[in-house]
Amino acid sequence: MSKSFAIMAEYETPAEIMDAAKKVHAAGYEKWDVHSPFPIHGMDDAMGLDNAKVGYFTFFGGLIGFTTGMTMQYFMNKFDYAIVVGGKPLFSGFFAFPVSYELTILLGAFGSLIGMFVLNRLPRHHHPLLANERFADVTDDKFYVVIECDDDHYDEQTTRNLLEGTNAVHIEMVEGTE
Amino acid sequence: MSEPAAHSQVETSTPKELVREPLVLNNRPLGWITNQVAGIVEGDMPKWWNIAFGVSFLLMLMSFGYIGYLITTGVGVWGLNHPVAWGWAIVNFVFWIGIGHAGTLISAILFLLRQKWRTSVNRTAEAMTIFAVICAGIFPGIHVGRIWLAWWLFPLPNANAIWPQFRSPLLWDVFAVSTYFTVSLLFWYMGLIPDLATIRDRLRKNAGQCKTGLDKMINKLKQFLYGLFSMGWIGSNRHWRNYEKAYLLLAGLSTPLVLSVHSIVSFDFAVSQLPGWHTTIFPPYFVAGAVFSGFGMVLTLMIPMRTIFNLEEIITVRHLELMCKVIMATGTIVGYAYGMEFFIAWYGGNPYELYAFKNRAFGPYWWSYWIMISCNVISPQLFWFKWCRTSPWFIFVVSIFVNIGMWFERFVIVVTSLHRDYLPASWGYYSPTQVDILTFVGTFGLFMVLFLLFIRYLPSITIFEVKAVTPQADPHSVEGGADRVKGGDH
Repeated sequence: MSKSFAIMAEYETPAEIMDAAKKVHAAGYEKWDVHSPFPIHGMDDAMGLDNAKVGYFTFFGGLIGFTTGMTMQYFMNKFDYAIVVGGKPLFSGFFAFPVSYELTILLGAFGSLIGMFVLNRLPRHHHPLLANERFADVTDDKFYVVIECDDDHYDEQTTRNLLEGTNAVHIEMVEGTE
Repeated sequence: MSEPAAHSQVETSTPKELVREPLVLNNRPLGWITNQVAGIVEGDMPKWWNIAFGVSFLLMLMSFGYIGYLITTGVGVWGLNHPVAWGWAIVNFVFWIGIGHAGTLISAILFLLRQKWRTSVNRTAEAMTIFAVICAGIFPGIHVGRIWLAWWLFPLPNANAIWPQFRSPLLWDVFAVSTYFTVSLLFWYMGLIPDLATIRDRLRKNAGQCKTGLDKMINKLKQFLYGLFSMGWIGSNRHWRNYEKAYLLLAGLSTPLVLSVHSIVSFDFAVSQLPGWHTTIFPPYFVAGAVFSGFGMVLTLMIPMRTIFNLEEIITVRHLELMCKVIMATGTIVGYAYGMEFFIAWYGGNPYELYAFKNRAFGPYWWSYWIMISCNVISPQLFWFKWCRTSPWFIFVVSIFVNIGMWFERFVIVVTSLHRDYLPASWGYYSPTQVDILTFVGTFGLFMVLFLLFIRYLPSITIFEVKAVTPQADPHSVEGGADRVKGGDH
């Protein structure tokens, strides 16, 4: 016995879905989303979303990279097995910089990618929308507003009325996966 | 005509509105872009693909065979001898790694500079970067002599309890190149996720059309693989928000990375004391040269590709023209660097330095120097003429010259600086052997094998980014449906 996961409305242009998104946001919904084949400029504001947090992951990745680079070179060339090269100091931040710099970028990049996955809760291969026939056009040329049934403001009739008040070309219920 | 009359004429005439040339021609709908690009992956490959793949595969095997011969016999099979201990292997390494730089420039630097035209070419250019770095990575690896000890390059504990020596620029190179490869791969993969989801969804829609059981199985397998690597992408705006931020950050990280990689490659030379190598101009000069050579290779690959797969409306003549302008600009920087090297050699007052440069241009390797000058300095200047940078076949020819010229640049730097030591008794003339030449030729086979597989199995144009720069994607334009919204604030 599968319960409905969400109500889904389909749109044909970015302007129409932007308008719909503003209305859904104004109605106070929380668990809802806009799905589009490409990022739509200005949609974050229309949905009332704040700045993405990926930067923290990047920063800590980079910080770990730089520290690793410096301590690794200190440990290897000064502490564990001292190698004298041309009578120069065993350790200095200058010769150690290029390697640390590269490791900063390397781990910063991993941080960004991992941050994106973590914040998006991806990979997720069993999402109910992936089983919906009509939703397959989301990666082609259609736009969708999806409001989850778990939302506090969700009501079968009023939510449907709200979506019907927009330029949706098709509205349907999305089955849940259980 | 009197003065006031002329004045009023200026006042009333409105300037002609300059219309920017569209990035996708003929105002195609969004679905057309999907069909055009995804269709390449879904359809059968033309006959030339099989032929090209066969030839490239054989070349690749030849290269691997010669590498096997080298490993089992020793570096004596190469033309290296005193005083030229760095020959083709290092030349090829720098050549291939330089090729890669255009990919990162297009994907990262042009992204930060908001050059929207990059969307049509970035996927292919990034793929080229990764494959070029793979080709480059082979050479220092096999150059170490006892290849089974190549892992000593990495800071791993070994039986001698000794660590790598971090004052050596060669070790910086190990970190720079491996970071470059990894970050390019991450960036490329991240860009692929939404497009892999497109292919996944199209496979799902086409599943009903499969007739035989085998077709159904292949469709299922493909759905599984494309689905797996698309990470369950559903085009959610909450996802796009993090995705775009991560993309911006990766572009911001790749930009200093790409500048550092070729700077560090140039340190392999510049940190030494050898006249001809010991110059402070090397880092910017190498980076400009790398971008120059990379754009040459991008054009060499893209001009045939757009014709064969009917992508002329997505990779337009305007795209080619803009890339030609980059070639012209970087070619001019390279030409300036060649001139400045000579000037400093004379102005610096070091007789050895001056000799090294005179010897480059007029010594036994004069021919390589002048091939380099004609290909790198003279040929890109043709792009001052509009016809030259808007005729694809002509651009193709020049791009080949750029590739040749940039290989010779590295040959000139490496070999001419080494072949005349301080004592005339140790002077020599370096020539490559058959093994040197055919190993290098074979790496083009490896490069093409990887590139052809890429065209066959992955969307070679960034579908979602191309869509995002069309007028249909702009919610404030008529094409984007702005006039269909009742009471909208547009």
